[in-house]
Amino acid sequence: MADERDNPKQAARTEQAAPQAATQVAPGPHLFGGGFSTRRMMLDVCIGLLPATVAAIIVFQLYAVAQIVICVASCVIAEALFTKMRGRALTIGDFSAVVTGLILAFSLPATCPWWVSVIGSFAAIGLGKAVFGGVGQNIFNPAMVGRAFVMIAFTSFIGASGYVAATEGANANVTQTIPWQFSQSLPDAITQATPMETFKQTGQVTPLVKLLLGNTNGSLGETSALALLLGGAYLLIRRVASWEIPAGAAIGLLVVAGIDNLLHTSSDWTVLHHLLGGAFLLGAMFIVTDPVTSPLTPKGKFTFGAVFGVLVMLMRLGTNYPEGVMFSVLLVNAITPLLNRWTIPRPVGGPTPAPAKK
Amino acid sequence: MALSAVSEASGKMTFARGVHPHDQKALSADQAVEVLPAPAAVAVPLLQHTGAPCEPTVKSKDAVALGQKIGDSKAFISAPVHASIAGAVQMLSVATLPNGRHVRTVPIKAAGEQIEGRALWEDVFGGDWPTSGLDAHEPKAIAEAVRAAGIVGLGGAAFPTHVKLTLNPSKPVDTLLVNGCECEPYLTADYRLMLEAPAPIVAGALLAARACGAGRIVLAIEDNKPAAIDEMRKAAGAGVEVLAVRTKYPMGGERQLAVAAMGREVPTGGLPLDVGVVVINVGTAAAVARAVLRGKPLTHRVVTVTGRGIGQPKNLLAPVGVRYGELIDYCGGLTADAARVVAGGPMMGQAVPSLDTPITKGTSGVVVLTREDVRQADETQCVRCGRCVDVCPLGLVPTKMALAAKNADWELARRYYIMACCECGCCAYVCPARIPLVQLIRVGKAQLPRD
Repeated sequence: MADERDNPKQAARTEQAAPQAATQVAPGPHLFGGGFSTRRMMLDVCIGLLPATVAAIIVFQLYAVAQIVICVASCVIAEALFTKMRGRALTIGDFSAVVTGLILAFSLPATCPWWVSVIGSFAAIGLGKAVFGGVGQNIFNPAMVGRAFVMIAFTSFIGASGYVAATEGANANVTQTIPWQFSQSLPDAITQATPMETFKQTGQVTPLVKLLLGNTNGSLGETSALALLLGGAYLLIRRVASWEIPAGAAIGLLVVAGIDNLLHTSSDWTVLHHLLGGAFLLGAMFIVTDPVTSPLTPKGKFTFGAVFGVLVMLMRLGTNYPEGVMFSVLLVNAITPLLNRWTIPRPVGGPTPAPAKK
Repeated sequence: MALSAVSEASGKMTFARGVHPHDQKALSADQAVEVLPAPAAVAVPLLQHTGAPCEPTVKSKDAVALGQKIGDSKAFISAPVHASIAGAVQMLSVATLPNGRHVRTVPIKAAGEQIEGRALWEDVFGGDWPTSGLDAHEPKAIAEAVRAAGIVGLGGAAFPTHVKLTLNPSKPVDTLLVNGCECEPYLTADYRLMLEAPAPIVAGALLAARACGAGRIVLAIEDNKPAAIDEMRKAAGAGVEVLAVRTKYPMGGERQLAVAAMGREVPTGGLPLDVGVVVINVGTAAAVARAVLRGKPLTHRVVTVTGRGIGQPKNLLAPVGVRYGELIDYCGGLTADAARVVAGGPMMGQAVPSLDTPITKGTSGVVVLTREDVRQADETQCVRCGRCVDVCPLGLVPTKMALAAKNADWELARRYYIMACCECGCCAYVCPARIPLVQLIRVGKAQLPRD
C-alpha cells in the first residue's frame, strides 16, 4: 500500500486530535433492535409456565407448591455452587436455572419425595449443564438429564407405580412416601393411575374433557392440556419458542398415532387423546423448544420436532413405558448437531465459489 | 436505444428476511438541502474509493481553481480527485479515515473568490437537464467523461463508476438499476436529492444506460418515501420505470435490490453484472449527468447531518475534504449527551474518532448518537436462539460464522460460507446475547487463509 507518510513531523501535527466532546469509537452496527435479552427470554418461559403452575396447584395443592419450590431452589443453589467451583462468575441472574427447576418440577410426579427432587436438581445442573461449560454449551436438556438420572436410580418413586399414592386405602401409602402430613382431605387425583398408564394396563379411556382441563393424575405439568396450550401460545407469540418445533412434533405424532388409530379402529383412544394426554404438550411446547439444545435453522427445527413426535409415539406404543417424552427429548437432543450440519441453508446467490485455479 | 417491454418479469418488491429498524428519517426528511458555507480549508484524500490510490498532480504552494484535478492514477480501477474549493495547495499530509485506512491528503487553503450559497447549488444541480437526444453521446465517451470527473459510487461503497459503465462484451447488460432506496435509518440525502433535483438524476440514468448498453432503466425507491416516488415519476417520463419496493433493511444493498426489483440472484462472490444488471445510486446518476453534459467533476455531495446528538439536523451540500467538525458546527454542534459520531448510516457506518477527519466522496451521512442510543448491555453466551438465522438477508448462519472466526476454525468458517457475508448488521441488531457478530465475522474474513 503506497500510503507512507511523506513527512512524519507534518503528519504528527495533523494527527493530533483537537479537544472535543468525549465521543467513543466502537465497531458497528450502532443500533440495537429491541428490549429482549437472554434473561428476558427465560422470564418469558416462566410466564408461559404460569397457567400450568396454577393448574398444578389446583389439582395437587401443597404437593405442587412443595415440589416447585424444592426443585427451583435446588437448581439455583446447584448452579451457584457449580459455577463457583469452576471459578466463573455467577450466572443465576439469567434465570436459566429457574427454568430448569420449573421444568424438572413439572416432569416429576406430585408424590415424589423431596430428596429425589433435590438429587434430580443437582444432577440436572451438574451433569446436564455445568459439565458441558454452563449456559448455552449443553447438548442435552438439563431438566431431562436430571429426570433420567432419578428415574433410573429411584425407579419405584418415579416409575409408573410411583404416580399412584396407594393401591388400596388412600391414606396408607401417602404417609410412607411423604415424610410429613398434609391436610386431612387428599386430592382424588393422586390415588388414581395416570391416564396413559390406565389405558396401557386396562384399556380404559379417559374422556378428552378431563385431559383438557386436567383433573387427572400425572406429573405436575402434564395434567391440564388447556393450560399448556395457553402458555405455549404465549411462548410462540413472544418468539421465545420457534413454531417449527411444536408444529413438527404435532405432525410426527399425528402421523404415527393416525396409523395406529387406523390399525385399531375399535379402540376409543384416538389421535386427540395422544395429543392432549401425557406429557406430550409439555414436551413439545416447553422442553424440546429449549433453544440451546435444538437446531438453528427452520428446516432443522421442523425435522427435529417431527422426529421427537414420532419417537414419543413409538415409545408409547412399542414399549412398556406409558410415556416416552423424556427419552425422546434426550434422543433428539443427541442428533441436533447432525441436523444443524445437514440443514445448512443455501446462501442467496449460491455457495461461495471454489477459489479460481492460478 | 430500444426499450424493452415494461412487462418483463420483475421481482416481488421484497426479499426474504431482513430487519425493520425505525427509520428515524423524520429528524431531517423535511430539511431542504442547505449549502455549507465554503470552508477555510479542506483536505482532499487521495484514496476515497475502492481501488488504487491517486498520486498527487499538484505540489505545495500551487494555486488551484474549484474543480481542478489534483490527483490521478494510471490504474483502471481508480478515479481522479479534484479540488473542492479554490485556493492554494499546502504541504501534503495524511489522515486516518473512519474505516481505519491511513491515506495521503492534499490540503487546500481557501483563497480568492468562492462560489457559495444558491449559486453553488445552481452550478451543481440547477439549470436544464435534457432527457432527449442523449443517444448522441457515444458509450465510450460517456465512460471517459465519468472517469475524468472522478465519479465513484455515492451510495457508500465508492466503487469507480466508469468501470461499471465500460462495455464488456462477455457480460452484456440489459438493465440499469438506479438505487433510490436509502435503507439506512436516519439518512435523507438521497431523498432530498430526489425531491429537489430529479432532472439530473433522470438525465444521468439515461446516459449511464447508454454507456453500459442497458435497454431498460428501473429506479427503485422504498415505499416510506411517497413524495420522492411521486416526484421521480413526474420527472422520469417514459424512459425510466419507477418501482416502489417494500421498506426493509437492507433493501438498498445491491444483492437484495436485484432480488426485489428484478427477481435475479447475484451469484455469491460475483457482481450484479453477472446477471446483466448495473446498479448506481441516484446521487451518482446526477454526478454522471453533470460530468457528461457540462464537463464538471465531482467535488460536492449532499450529506445528512442528523441524530439526537446534533443541535439542528440538516441536509448539507458539502465539499469533499471538509472536516466532520465543520459540518457538525454548522448544524448546532454536539449536544451534551452525544456519545458517538458515525460516518454513514448507523447500521454499516463507522465511528469517527477525530472530528478533524475529512469527509470523502462516499460519506452519505453523519449520524450523532446519544449515550442512550448506544447503551451497551453485557455480552452473554450464545443460546442458539436462531434469531440471527431468521434475519440474515443472505441466508447465512451468523452465529456459526462468528464462532468459527472466534476460534480460528477455518474449515467451519468455509462450511458456513463466511466470505459471502456482506456485513449488513442485521444479525448483531437482533442478537439477545449482544454478541458483536459482525465484528467477529469481519475479523474472520480478514484472517481467512487464502488458498
